[in-house]
Amino acid sequence: MYPENLKYSKEHEWVMAEAGNRARIGITFFAQKELGDVVFVELPEEGAEVAAGDGFAVVESVKAVSDIYAPVSGRVVEVNQALNDNPERINEDPYGEGWIAVIEMTDAAELDDLLNSDDYAALVAEA
Amino acid sequence: MRFVPTTEAEKREMLASLGAASIEELFADIPAGLRLKDELDLPPAMYESELTAHLRSLAGRNADLENYACFMGGGVYDRLVPAALSAVASRAEFVTAYTPYQAEISQGVLQAIYEYQTFICQLTGLDVANASVYDGATACAEAALMAVAHTGRRAVLVTEGLHPEYRRVVETYLRPQGLELITVPQREDGQADMAALEALSVGKKAAGLIAQQPNFFGCLEPMAALAQTMHEAGGLFIACVEPVSLGILASPGSYGADIAVGEGQSLGNPVSFGGPLLGFMAAKQDLLRRLPGRIVGATVDKDGRRGFVLTLQAREQHIRREKASSNICSNQALNALYAAVYLALAGKEGLKEAANLSVQKAHYLYKRLTALPGWRPAFSGPFFNEFCLAVDERIDWEQIERRLLEQKIIGGLPLGRLERKYEGLVLFCVTEARTRAEMDRLVEIVAAM
Amino acid sequence: MQKEMSLIFEGGAPGRRAFVLPPADVPEEPLERLIPAEHLRQEELSLPEQAEVDVVRHYTNLSRRNFAVDVGFYPLGSCTMKYNPKVNEMAASLPGFAKVHPYQPEETVQGALELMYNLGQYLCRIAGLNHVSLQPAAGAHGELTGLLLIKAYHMDRGEDEQRREVIIPDSAHGTNPASAAMCGYKVVTVRSDERGGMDLAELRKVAGPKTAALMLTNPNTLGLFDENITEIAAIVHEAGGLLYYDGANANAVVGIAKPGDMGFDVVHFNLHKTFSTPHGGGGPGAGPVCVCDKLAPFLPVPVVVAAEEGRYKLDYDRPKSIGQVKSFYGNFGVLVRAYAYIRALGASGLREVAETAVLHANYLMRKLAPYFDLPYDRPCKHEFVLSGKRQKSRGVRTLDMAKRLLDYGFHAPTVYFPLIVDEAIMIEPTETESKETLDAFAAAMIAIADEAEKDPELVKSAPLTTVVKRLDETRAARQLDLRWRPAPAAKSG
Repeated sequence: MYPENLKYSKEHEWVMAEAGNRARIGITFFAQKELGDVVFVELPEEGAEVAAGDGFAVVESVKAVSDIYAPVSGRVVEVNQALNDNPERINEDPYGEGWIAVIEMTDAAELDDLLNSDDYAALVAEA
Repeated sequence: MRFVPTTEAEKREMLASLGAASIEELFADIPAGLRLKDELDLPPAMYESELTAHLRSLAGRNADLENYACFMGGGVYDRLVPAALSAVASRAEFVTAYTPYQAEISQGVLQAIYEYQTFICQLTGLDVANASVYDGATACAEAALMAVAHTGRRAVLVTEGLHPEYRRVVETYLRPQGLELITVPQREDGQADMAALEALSVGKKAAGLIAQQPNFFGCLEPMAALAQTMHEAGGLFIACVEPVSLGILASPGSYGADIAVGEGQSLGNPVSFGGPLLGFMAAKQDLLRRLPGRIVGATVDKDGRRGFVLTLQAREQHIRREKASSNICSNQALNALYAAVYLALAGKEGLKEAANLSVQKAHYLYKRLTALPGWRPAFSGPFFNEFCLAVDERIDWEQIERRLLEQKIIGGLPLGRLERKYEGLVLFCVTEARTRAEMDRLVEIVAAM
Repeated sequence: MQKEMSLIFEGGAPGRRAFVLPPADVPEEPLERLIPAEHLRQEELSLPEQAEVDVVRHYTNLSRRNFAVDVGFYPLGSCTMKYNPKVNEMAASLPGFAKVHPYQPEETVQGALELMYNLGQYLCRIAGLNHVSLQPAAGAHGELTGLLLIKAYHMDRGEDEQRREVIIPDSAHGTNPASAAMCGYKVVTVRSDERGGMDLAELRKVAGPKTAALMLTNPNTLGLFDENITEIAAIVHEAGGLLYYDGANANAVVGIAKPGDMGFDVVHFNLHKTFSTPHGGGGPGAGPVCVCDKLAPFLPVPVVVAAEEGRYKLDYDRPKSIGQVKSFYGNFGVLVRAYAYIRALGASGLREVAETAVLHANYLMRKLAPYFDLPYDRPCKHEFVLSGKRQKSRGVRTLDMAKRLLDYGFHAPTVYFPLIVDEAIMIEPTETESKETLDAFAAAMIAIADEAEKDPELVKSAPLTTVVKRLDETRAARQLDLRWRPAPAAKSG
C-alpha cells in the first residue's frame, strides 16, 4: 500500500524523485480512501512557483474536500490534465495514473525531511 | 394557543425515567445567575379566535393590492397569477420540508429545483443555474464576488441604472473585503455612458460590470455593447434581468453575459411587502464551481432509476467552511417552486403574453401622461414597462398621491424617496394586471390637479 | 410508487395552454415599433406547453414524493423541525400582508410596520438586548450582518486594522467560518474540551489584541450548554473582542435564559427554527439580528422606529449604518408568521416550548443510550449527538442507519455533524412531538441497532420502500447533469 521507492509527507502526499530534480506528487492510498470517491481535482497552474507546505491543489469527494500541500519547493512543470475528466484515477491508481503534478525542485535536500514508507505506514496505523 | 402535545402526566413520567425531580434540574448546567426568575415581558397568550381577529385588524390597516390598483414597480411587481399556482405550491409537503438532505424522501423538492434550474437556464440562455439566493440584490452581490474570485481583480463596476438598493447591497458585500465599487454614469437617454465605461475599464482593474435590463428607470440598456466592452477589458459581464421581460427581450446568453442574476418575485410570487423574494443566478459552464448555494443534479439509484440529489456540495460552507464560495445555507426554495409552477402554467405563450401586455399598456399610459402639461419624460431612450417622468416644479406630487389613494390607486413611485438626487422624478410601472380603466382613472386624477 | 416521474418538460403538445391572459384593452402596436429590434429575443423561448390539469398533477405528484413535518417526525438536529401552526399560514396569506407593495407610502402600511416594530421588541426581550434589524433573510445572512456590525464598531474605534481574527469552536456550523471569511476575517479554531465545551486554556491563548469576535452557539451543536459562558465572555471582552450568538439552537433557552445576560453583544435568531415558520424545502427563512447599545448605530437601514402618536416609520437617516444587506426590509411574510407564533404562545407558552424541547431530548437520549455510543454523557439541551462507532465495527455506517430510518417512516437525524464526533447522529426531537411519536422513533432506532448486529446487509441496502433507492451521489458529481435539455432534433434529409 505504501511503495518503498516513494517518500511521504505527514499530510498524506507521496513524492517520487525523478531525474533532473523532478518530484512527481500524488496522494496516498490512505488519503484517497479517507476522502472516498474523488469527484473533482483543482489542479495547479503549470509554471507556478510553490514553497514546501503551500496548498497547491484541492481534491474533492462528494462529502469532503482536502487541500494538497506541496511537499517540496520549486516550479510546477507538469500537471496531470487527465484528472479533469477522470478524477476517479486518484482512487483507482493513486501511485500511477492518479499522480497530480510534477515539481522541479529548487532544493532536493527537502526530500530528506519526508518520511520513508515504514514511518508513513506507522503514522497511518495511528490514525 | 399551545402546540405542545405532552400532558403534565407524561412530563412527570418522562422526568421520572430520567431520575429528575423537576424540569429545572435539566437546566442545572445554565449558571443560576443566568436563569430567568421572571417570565419574559411579552403580551399574554391568545386563543386562535383572538389571534385571528388581531392579525386581521393589523392587516386591515394596510392598503392592499386587492383593493388598490398599483402603478409602483421598482423591483417588485403586481402581476396576474393563476389560481392553480398556489393550490399546488402551497401544499404542506413542500412548505413544511427542510432542505432536501435525505434525497430518497425528498424527490419532490429536488426534482422541482432541478426543473427550476432548467427554467432559469432557458430564460437566461446560460448553461447552469443554482437553486436560488435571497433576492435580486444579494444575487448581484454574490455575482460581484464571483467575478472578483474568478479574475483576481479588486474592483466591480455597476451602472447608474442599477437599482439603488441593489447597488447599496453590493457595496455592503464588497466593502469588508476592501473591494471597490465604481459607478458608470448614465446619459440623458437613460442608458449607460459607453465612453465613460471605456475610460473606467482602462487599467484593467475591473473584475466585472453589473448592468440591469430594463434598468431601474425602465430604460433599455445596450447590453451587447456593454458586454463587449467589458470583455475587451478582461472582466466579466453580469446581466441583472427581469424574468418576465425575457418572454420577449433578448436573453443574457445571446448578448454574451457571463452571469445572469435577477429578482424572480415577478414569477408568481406575492409582493409581500418586499419579502420573501427570489434571487436567481445563472452562469456559463466555466463559472459553475464559483456559483454560491445549492445545486441539484440528476443521477440514478441502485436500480438505475432516475433521481435527483444535491450535488457539488464541496463548494458549500458545511464542507469547505471558510473557503466556501459563499456562506449561504437557507435560500428561497419555496419561492423558486412558485416561480417554476408559474412558468409551467404560463408556458411559452403565456410568458410572451404577460411581457407584451405589460409593454403595450405601459406605452399607452406613457403617451397619455406625457400629453399632460407639466409632465415630460425624464429620459429619451426606449423603455419596457416602467418609465420615468420628470414632474414640473409647480406640481405637488404628494398631493396627487393622496388624491390617487383616495381613489384606490397606488403610485407611481417618487424616486426622491429612494435617493435625494432623484427628487422630481416619478417612476410608473404598468404590468398586465392593470386595466385601461385604471389607467384612464389615474390620468384623469393627475390631469385634474 | 417506485417509478420514475417525468419532468415538466417531457410531454405536453405544441399549442396546449394552461394560463391564458386576456387580450390587450389598449390599442396594440407592433412590438418592434416600441422596442428596437436589438433588444428583442431572437431565439425561440423553450418553455412547457401543458394543460392546467397536467401541471397540477405534476406538482401534486411531486409533493407526494416529499417528506415534511406535516407528513411525519423530522428529528433533524440543529434544524428545529417543529410543527408549523396553520394559523401562521392564514396570517401570512391575508391580503393586507401578502399583497402590500414595499414602496407604498408609510401611511398605507402602518399595520405592517407596527407588526415589524413589535416583533423586533419581542425578539429583543427574548435576546436580552435593546436593538434589532429584521432585514437578514436567513441565519447565515444574520451572521454576515452581525459580523459586519462588529467590524464597523472596531473600525469606528480605529481598531479594525488590528482586529483581524474571529474565534470559532471546532463544533461550529460551517456558516460561522464562511461568514467570517466573507467579512475578510481570519478564522481561528478553538477545540472542544472533554465535556464538549470550549477549551478555556486554549481560548485564553488565542484571545488578544487581534481578536475581533468570538462566534458561539449555546447550547452548542453537541446540544450542550457551555457552563463556562460567563468566563468565556469575560476573556473575549477583556481582549477587546465582541461575542456573537448563533441562535440556531435558541429553542433550548427561550424564556429560560437570555443571551444578552450571558454576555453576548449580537444575537441572530432563525425564525424558521425557533419561531415555527416553515422552511419551504430550503427557505425562505429569516435571521433577525439583535444587538447591544454600542452596536446600534451601525445597524442596516432602514430601521423600523416608533414615531409620534402610535405611528411607525422607516428610518434611513443613520450615518454610521453598514448599509443594506438585502433589498427592502426583510422576509416580511416570514416575520408575520413568527409574530403570530409569539402572540399565540405568550411568555409562558414560550418557556414551555424550551422546557419540553429539552425534556423530550433527554428522554429520547436516555432511551437510546444503551444501544449507541454517547460521546458526551451528560444532560443535554434541545438535542443530543450519538456516535455510530459501535455499529461501524459491524460494517454498518451512520449513513446506512439514516437511510434505514426512512424505511421506518421517519426522517433521518442530521448525520456526520458536528465534525468532532465520529459517525455522528444528531437528534433534535422538538417540543411538538407526542410521547407516542418519541417512543415509536426510539423503537425504530433500537430495531435498526439490532439489525446492524444481526443483518448488516439489510441496513446497508436501505432504503427499500422509498420512491427511489439509494442514489448515486458520486455519479451525480462526476457526470454533471444540472438541467434538462431537449433531445437533439433528428437530422432531416
